[in-house]
Amino acid sequence: MKKILVIIITTFTLIVNVHAGSDGELVLKKNEPSEIKDCSETFNKASFALNQGLDRIIFKPVSSVYRVLPSPIKTGVSNSLNNLSNVVTIPNNILQGEFALAGVNTGRFLINTTIGILGFIDVATYLGFDEYVKEDYGQSLASHGVGPGCYLVLPVLGPTTARDTIASLTNFVGGDAWYNVTVRNDTNYFKDIDYYVSRVTAGVDFRAKNFDSIENLEKNSLDFYASVKSLYLQDRQQRILNSKKIIETQDDSDWEEIETQ
Amino acid sequence: MKIKKLLVFIIIFFSSLPASFSIEPDIFVQSTVNRASKLLGEDISKDEKIEKLKLIAKETVDINGIGFYTLGAKRKNLSDDEKNIYSKLFEEYFLKSFSSRLAEYTNPEIDVTNKEKLNDNYTIVNSVLKATKERPEINIDWRIYTKDPNNPLIRDLIIEGLSLARTQKEEFASVLSSNENNIEALFKVLKEFSNN
Repeated sequence: MKKILVIIITTFTLIVNVHAGSDGELVLKKNEPSEIKDCSETFNKASFALNQGLDRIIFKPVSSVYRVLPSPIKTGVSNSLNNLSNVVTIPNNILQGEFALAGVNTGRFLINTTIGILGFIDVATYLGFDEYVKEDYGQSLASHGVGPGCYLVLPVLGPTTARDTIASLTNFVGGDAWYNVTVRNDTNYFKDIDYYVSRVTAGVDFRAKNFDSIENLEKNSLDFYASVKSLYLQDRQQRILNSKKIIETQDDSDWEEIETQ
Repeated sequence: MKIKKLLVFIIIFFSSLPASFSIEPDIFVQSTVNRASKLLGEDISKDEKIEKLKLIAKETVDINGIGFYTLGAKRKNLSDDEKNIYSKLFEEYFLKSFSSRLAEYTNPEIDVTNKEKLNDNYTIVNSVLKATKERPEINIDWRIYTKDPNNPLIRDLIIEGLSLARTQKEEFASVLSSNENNIEALFKVLKEFSNN
């Protein structure tokens, strides 16, 4: 296990370029979806096929039941999961130098966990807190100039990049307080199963929210694998840049180029 | 003298006409959305809806422009004949894909909220698809091609920051790269999609 980790870390450091303090333009260029290589395409496509199978027999049927639950229940579950993700978002706000935001999210977490009954009600939003934006260790590395490395599709977990896969290991070595109190430490209050249930529920919640879009995309794609890859990498790029503005996240030159042809 | 004055008046009147007919991109988007929404709410079959949606798309979307954007760098190596075949196949593919995606919705409520002019050729119009019981609110941005201000055209839909044209472009690139960059392979896939 230790050997594998060393190999992964060595490979990772070889495929990415670290430029601490790089500017937004460089971060944009590095995370440009068309620049990210699909180095293990055969493995990725096999994983993708496996995940599609799992989706058909588990996630799709479960999420089709979940999506017909009353809206307040779905909203409450979604709120609780978002609230729980604060324990990863807050350290990453700090790692990205967003200290004020870390303070706001800490306030949000405390209010929603207590008055909001374990996050079920998003009281902070009612009180006028800014919209909550999730952050993770992959985004923090990217914000410090670490390139994404190769595109990967992991069995069960789905699309990611080499950088984000390595970064997510931080969650299992102390970077995720929820993992620490459930799986790593045997507390009287939580058990391993609480962690895994929360992860599976997050998957079902995501699938249910995007149920029609995913069905529609699959039905109308010439190459579903390529579509999912493109959408995932575009989404990741805007999360890293913390922007949904198309002019900040996309290179417009190709649109201009077709004018001249 | 009177005739001369009349002539001057007529020339000035007609030369000012194009400006007076220019359509603001946000108004264009809202009116297009309203037309589509009204159609989707009608009590007609799905096939009829698809046919009528295709007509709206032909009027309001720059299908040819999107087609060449989607083809990426490959467009530079095509002969005129290949370009013609591609344009025809792309239009069929696009209309089928676009209309069958939209036909799934009933009475979508979209409100235009803002616009941002990027340059003389492009304006981004922001809008919101209102939430329903099944799905949350969705932000949709429209890339409007405004080179001819009298005839703005849609070139891209950006849903929650994700560009459909760009996704399509990467999808086409994948089809080409897995077939040794052979355009005939792409033609075949497009034909199969349209005929299914």
